[in-house]
Amino acid sequence: MKKFTTHSGLVAPMDRANVDTDMIIPKQFLKSIKRSGFGVNLFDELRYEDEGLPDQDNSQRPLNMDFPLNWPRYEGASILLARDNFGCGSSREHAPWALEDYGFRVVIAPSYADIFFNNCFKNGMLPIILNEEIVNDLFVEMNEQEGFSLTVDLAAQTIARANGESIYFEVEAFRKKCLLDGLDEIGLTLQHVDAIKGFEQNWKQSCPWLFDALS
Amino acid sequence: MAGKTLYDKLWESHLVTELNDGSALLYIDRHLLHEVTSPQAFEGLRLANRQPWRIDANLATADHNISTETTERAGGVQAIADPVSRIQVQTLDDNCAEYGIVEHRMNDAGQGIVHVIGPEQGATLPGMTLVCGDSHTATHGALGALAHGIGTSEVEHVLATQCLVSQKMKNMLVRVDGELGAGVTAKDVVLAVIGKIGTAGANGCAIEFGGQVIRDMTVEGRMTVCNMAIEAGARVGMVAVDDKTIDYVKGRDYAPKGDQWTAAVSAWQTLHSDADAEFDVLVELQGEDIEPQVSWGTSPEMVLPVGARVPDPEQITDANKRDGVVRALDYMGLQPDQALVDIPVDRVFIGSCTNSRIEDLRAAAAVAEGRQVAESVKQVLIVPGSQAVKKQAEAEGLDKIFMAAGMDWREPGCSMCLAMNADRLGTGEHCASTSNRNFEGRQGNGGRTHLVSPAMAAAAAVAGHFIDVRELMAEA
Repeated sequence: MKKFTTHSGLVAPMDRANVDTDMIIPKQFLKSIKRSGFGVNLFDELRYEDEGLPDQDNSQRPLNMDFPLNWPRYEGASILLARDNFGCGSSREHAPWALEDYGFRVVIAPSYADIFFNNCFKNGMLPIILNEEIVNDLFVEMNEQEGFSLTVDLAAQTIARANGESIYFEVEAFRKKCLLDGLDEIGLTLQHVDAIKGFEQNWKQSCPWLFDALS
Repeated sequence: MAGKTLYDKLWESHLVTELNDGSALLYIDRHLLHEVTSPQAFEGLRLANRQPWRIDANLATADHNISTETTERAGGVQAIADPVSRIQVQTLDDNCAEYGIVEHRMNDAGQGIVHVIGPEQGATLPGMTLVCGDSHTATHGALGALAHGIGTSEVEHVLATQCLVSQKMKNMLVRVDGELGAGVTAKDVVLAVIGKIGTAGANGCAIEFGGQVIRDMTVEGRMTVCNMAIEAGARVGMVAVDDKTIDYVKGRDYAPKGDQWTAAVSAWQTLHSDADAEFDVLVELQGEDIEPQVSWGTSPEMVLPVGARVPDPEQITDANKRDGVVRALDYMGLQPDQALVDIPVDRVFIGSCTNSRIEDLRAAAAVAEGRQVAESVKQVLIVPGSQAVKKQAEAEGLDKIFMAAGMDWREPGCSMCLAMNADRLGTGEHCASTSNRNFEGRQGNGGRTHLVSPAMAAAAAVAGHFIDVRELMAEA
């Protein structure tokens, strides 16, 4: 997995609550059997005026210029500032794949839906939770200052503002470690192979009906 | 010390090891796979040169993007018109064949929506941990299993290790006391719960649904309720095991038999929260207060009793909430304070992992029988949840009732719930849908979804607009 240590980047807004994963990447793009290439269809229904189709030439499509990600001032943004319950709905990991493929490495929001939050960490992306007041302040600052950027330091768990102020954020220790070292989670779990085998043996004795029934 | 909740018991019985940072390795008994969220996981296994840990824990089927049209289905995978969909379905077949995973292919007798066939075949059992790359996996919790949706990286993780790295969730009890009135269904109960606690109301929680209303509900009804736990933010929804659960499981294809059945039943009888168990959050509803529900907005929490009127943003003081309501009304093409029963319906969809089981179809057929789809309604799709449901419905003559009313009888699949196939709404069309999500564009770009029960959907189909199904029941 891609490592995440520090990241500095331009901040762009997604200023509405309950952004669902259908909105992040609509279903017609889930037919792909690949992990990459979803970035051009990130927020497809909001970004473009027409209906998107898989495998089309997106450079020819009419853009919705009311959508902030289409504004020149947010070009190249890599930190998404969002609202409550970001990523709700479908479990599709295509949502973080699309955000990452577009260029986002960090999302900042007051809260996330559980599955999306979990999926981000598996893809070298950092979803940061800050309280609503701070998120509101960041929205105000971002709207006022063109080129508003932040620097995230995962080891220190801080976000540095341009004025030198630092915002502390929480992150679970295991997830932090995996991101910092770019660890392969399956490899880590397989370090417990004896424990898994031991469990399985006992479990099979107490609940034999859970084994072999499908074969 | 306080007793244990059902969730505590299921968690503890599957704990392989606790890791030193507060997370844990949880053993997974059953893994369900479908075509959309699995190809990248199999590819990951191959790239890392890993093998599946335990083949017989896995069961696969094609459901999400397949056609529901009988003619297209009859031609098999090669006849799938959309080449991108065809590759995805073929990839599932190839992966399952390569690894020896049991798969119910597109036209097999065991095929169906993954959350319908699991319980139906006894592949879902009480006391199990069960995961699937789909957020509606909580459905299986209706049988007293610990079941939740996972992402594709976790699909690969479960394939490779038979475990998940998990964090224990909080315990939430949603207790629905009393009893439901006639015409009020499991779907109305869960929509009312979501309307009450909101779409993020149970984030971080495992919900146990309890109370007299849940105990009185059929196992299929409980599946409808658990199915939509995710729409309240909870990955997990579940119901304690009782005699109904055990009767439901008995005799199903993959259910234990003989001595193993006896041993299993005695183990399952402990699968309920202890009387002195403590929950972190308690939500209470009274069955008598719940009416048939209709969602009006673009989030499942935007839902009201059918007799209500949609909100007027001017009456909302919180600016963020007001903006959300304004945006939803605009997307849905509704006027502030408009009566729900005045919303015309262009299409109707009866199906999905929420409401495509035999009882759902019976409820819809009871309303459709002897009536006609309103002229203004362009299409009514009836999509059974599985081949077995389809067969049963046809044996009962339900297909004939639907077709006589002017409705389309289709092949099993996810269909217009997420509109990955050709079943979708046109821009601006209103749909009475028994599915689970009314997000913008969910059922087709610009489509407008209203979530309802199967009986309410059938009632909207014949009336041409939303109507309290109890009015039609009184007529009959």
